[in-house]
Amino acid sequence: MELLMASAIGVLTAGGMYLVLRLRSFPVILGVSLLSYAVNLFLFSSGRLVVNMPPILTDDATGYTDPLPQALVLTAIVISFGMSAVVVMLALGAYLSSRTDEIDMDDPDPVPEAEPGAIE
Amino acid sequence: MDTGGIYLPIIAALPFVGALIPGVMIHAGRTACATYTFMASALAFVLLMLSAPAVMRGEVLQFQLEWLPMLGLNVNFMLDGLGLLFAGLILGIGMLIILYARFYLSREDPMGQFYTYLLLFQGAMVGIVLSDNILLLLVFWELTSLSSFLLIGYWKHLPEGRQGARMALTVTGLGGLAMIAGMLILGQIVGSFDLSVILQNKELIQASPYYLPALILILIGCFTKSAQFPFHFWLPHAMAAPTPVSAYLHSATMVKAGLFLMARMWPVLSGTPEWFYIVATTGLITMVLGAVIALFKDDLKALLAFSTVSHLGLITMLLGFGTEAAALVAVFHIINHATFKASLFMCAGIVDHEAHTRDIKRLGGLRHLMPVTFVIVTIAALSMAGIPPLNGFLSKEMMLEEASHTAWLNNPWILPALATFGAVFSVAYSLRLIVHVFLGPKRDDYPAKPHDPGFGMWAAPALLVVLVVLIGLMPNLIAGPLVDVTAAAVTGGHPHAHIAHWHGLVPAFWMSVIAVAAGAVLLSQHRRLARGWNAAARPEAKVIFDAITRAATRSSHWLTDTLHNGSITRYGAIFAAAITAAGVFAWVESPIGPTTRDALPINPIMAIGWVLLVISTGCIIAFHRNRILALVLLGVIGLAVSMAFVYFSAPDLALTQISVEIVTIILLLLALNFLPRRTPVESGAPRRVRDAVIAGGTGLAVSVLTYAILMRDFAAESISAYHLANSYKGGGGTNVVNVILVDFRGFDTFGEIIVLGIAALVIYALTMGVLRGPGGRWLVNWGPDEDEAGDRHPLMMVVITRMIMPIAIMVGAYIFLRGHNAPGGGFIAGLIVAIALLMQYMASGFAWAEERQRFHYHAVIAAGVMLAALTGMGSWLAGRQFLSSSYGYIHIPPIEEFEWATAMAFDTGVFLTVVGAVMLALHSLSSMSRRTGEQVNIFPMDVNPGRENPPADGKET
Repeated sequence: MELLMASAIGVLTAGGMYLVLRLRSFPVILGVSLLSYAVNLFLFSSGRLVVNMPPILTDDATGYTDPLPQALVLTAIVISFGMSAVVVMLALGAYLSSRTDEIDMDDPDPVPEAEPGAIE
Repeated sequence: MDTGGIYLPIIAALPFVGALIPGVMIHAGRTACATYTFMASALAFVLLMLSAPAVMRGEVLQFQLEWLPMLGLNVNFMLDGLGLLFAGLILGIGMLIILYARFYLSREDPMGQFYTYLLLFQGAMVGIVLSDNILLLLVFWELTSLSSFLLIGYWKHLPEGRQGARMALTVTGLGGLAMIAGMLILGQIVGSFDLSVILQNKELIQASPYYLPALILILIGCFTKSAQFPFHFWLPHAMAAPTPVSAYLHSATMVKAGLFLMARMWPVLSGTPEWFYIVATTGLITMVLGAVIALFKDDLKALLAFSTVSHLGLITMLLGFGTEAAALVAVFHIINHATFKASLFMCAGIVDHEAHTRDIKRLGGLRHLMPVTFVIVTIAALSMAGIPPLNGFLSKEMMLEEASHTAWLNNPWILPALATFGAVFSVAYSLRLIVHVFLGPKRDDYPAKPHDPGFGMWAAPALLVVLVVLIGLMPNLIAGPLVDVTAAAVTGGHPHAHIAHWHGLVPAFWMSVIAVAAGAVLLSQHRRLARGWNAAARPEAKVIFDAITRAATRSSHWLTDTLHNGSITRYGAIFAAAITAAGVFAWVESPIGPTTRDALPINPIMAIGWVLLVISTGCIIAFHRNRILALVLLGVIGLAVSMAFVYFSAPDLALTQISVEIVTIILLLLALNFLPRRTPVESGAPRRVRDAVIAGGTGLAVSVLTYAILMRDFAAESISAYHLANSYKGGGGTNVVNVILVDFRGFDTFGEIIVLGIAALVIYALTMGVLRGPGGRWLVNWGPDEDEAGDRHPLMMVVITRMIMPIAIMVGAYIFLRGHNAPGGGFIAGLIVAIALLMQYMASGFAWAEERQRFHYHAVIAAGVMLAALTGMGSWLAGRQFLSSSYGYIHIPPIEEFEWATAMAFDTGVFLTVVGAVMLALHSLSSMSRRTGEQVNIFPMDVNPGRENPPADGKET
């Protein structure tokens, strides 16, 4: 299972990173979402993988998994929702205000270069 | 009177306090302002004099206060002979300059600013010479660079002033950086940053392999500050400053800071061949070069500037000799130079002030018009030339004596010859100052009618000239003891000065005779020599400096523009590649131990989940241009992640993940309503390959790292055991995750709900901003690209959501209440209730739902945060720390006994904040739809057969 978990985190990271490097806002939002999954899973995994030992105290439990990463990840999930919402809103606001959802200032031909010697 | 070192911090602080006075006093008039500024310096000077007797007896006064002991940075001051001499010069000449500046500055100059800068500078200088901690010294050192920048650029309207100030700051600032490095190395070698400790460790320092680097770096700092070759060029350009500044900074104080430090470090750094060849050679070159250039300068202040460079070189050379006798001469010459050069600078200012020009070519014959100034200048200049019996003669003769028996590379001739050569020019430019400015026929083409200034202006230089004469006539009485105690402080020995006018027919005597005779000849040939000098090609320092600065600026621009060009994509790529590379480096550098955990067996259902996740991620990348499809795939991934949480014993996380997933997808769908449905193809194949390589590398690195972690136990014991053991006993709950959230780490959670609330408010503010701007105007005219569904609020959905609503709320309440003991809690309950509300919005429309909304979401967020805060503060009433929880059991007869913890109230705060934040975010987004003029239904359903007069288009108005 560890191999599956590690590779899943890697796949999510790679996919998220690739999408973050795109030039439009929507794929970047998708990429950030994928990266959030990857980060949350990674943090969660730092408690090591344990099956059938939830951190709920009972009398007949044989042991418990590490509760601390879970508490961290729980808030991280909620916060990453808040972050996604802000990013979505930024993207939407930028699109509505500038009529384009390109995120880079260095797009290939934004403004044609002035002719040398030309007078404005 | 023995005062100990208690006055030292007060002496250092007084100028800084005084720097505040002009800001208040300037409104009381210029004289009042100058008076009170003078008082601050005078008070410091008096305190210094009260400490002087002990120092003159050979004691070292100390004051110690720990500041940042972990860094070795302490406020330690000490006062020995060297410190006394310099502090005396700084404060004493400072008072004269304050007096002189009162009359020099014109009515238009902002005098308050001037005095503030001047006292800042004075405080920084006093700090340098009193510091007993090299880190503290560095702080003051940098302060002198900054305050001298302000002073040099005081006449902001003059481009030369600004350029000169910038150049001085650049050169001395860079030198300061080098010196910081050198001092840190020195401190590392010794293991202490306290000067008094460092000065005890000569052998340790000189045996260290880092001696040479430390020496060079410290010397760069000293040389830049004291304008030594090849850093001498900033000093003449700094002459654009008002003359009081030149007289103060560039004759008596700041340029001597480098000399001070060389003298301070002399006991531990000198005495090696490296020291001799670097310091003495630099000093010699500077002395000769400065003297030669000075002769050919027509600007009075430029002449004095280069002569200062030359004299600083002379003192540096003496310190470089590394012998006690030479160090003693250096100390003596520091005193003499300060007296005659400061008075010459002030007289140059007087001439400029009265004749309105400093150009020697336009002056001459001033002795009839300005007799007082003429006398002062003549005495001072003769002293500078080294004419007996003035004080300049004494120290120069002693310098020549030292030079005459010092061999350079085993050659006994080269040093004395060059020293004499420099002295010749020194005599020539000193005489030129008298002859070309004051002697000769009276002219009738001065720019203004020159005459002697008032007493206030010539009092200061006159006082200094009196000192010149007195020291010259009675050196052993007036300067002797001070020179002795200072030289003792510099060398650590007990040298005794035998200052005499007549040493017999020693080599130094003949060198002096040659210098005076040849100097006079040189001056008589000045016109012809100057023609040749001006015709010769020489490197212009300012041009070189400007070229270097321009090149540095260009390359910084290039670097910034390449790395930081405003492209987020580029930042992302650089960031990911750099982090991955750093991780790989760390991985390679520190190999890890063998695995300590056994792998879990693969569960088939989880394997299916893995396959789904990997395929979905692949498909998102392949089909991300189709944005709706990408959202669906994102949902699949979210569910696969929730599955993983369920399987790996994290029920709380699974619940949270699923509910967040729903909210996120709704949010993205709402946003996608306005964004383009498809992403155009923009990047070419090479770029995609580059991104794929970066992304693939990052992913692989993360995989390997995760796998390595998963297969190994904790390196150190985790603190989780504490939480498991105390969750029930201390927190009163069996769901450890929830207890951690609301109790153990309640403060973190408190912070997080605040962040969440802020995020929601940001979204709201952004939306309002967009709607008011061009985006809002555009939305008004916006129409959907595609046809919309006929019934926007389907009957079935409306009915079902309304039926579900109470059930959903109840589920939320249940999840919330059981949270402390079973999976659930405020976060999850909040999300569930938010989803229940959202369903009403989706099914019945925005306006309908909003009409039934009782509370503003802003208020809900605020109430949540306040409730959490009040719960936390409640524990103060019980005399406990913020957010410590308590719990107990309540038994209300018909109900079973149940547990009640204060954490429950905190969790309610979390719940309210989550509901409010989620709803406010979606509310904001949907308010955009309303701006488009989308019609909203007022009635519960679009289609109501029982209603009369159904609208023609099937929509309500």
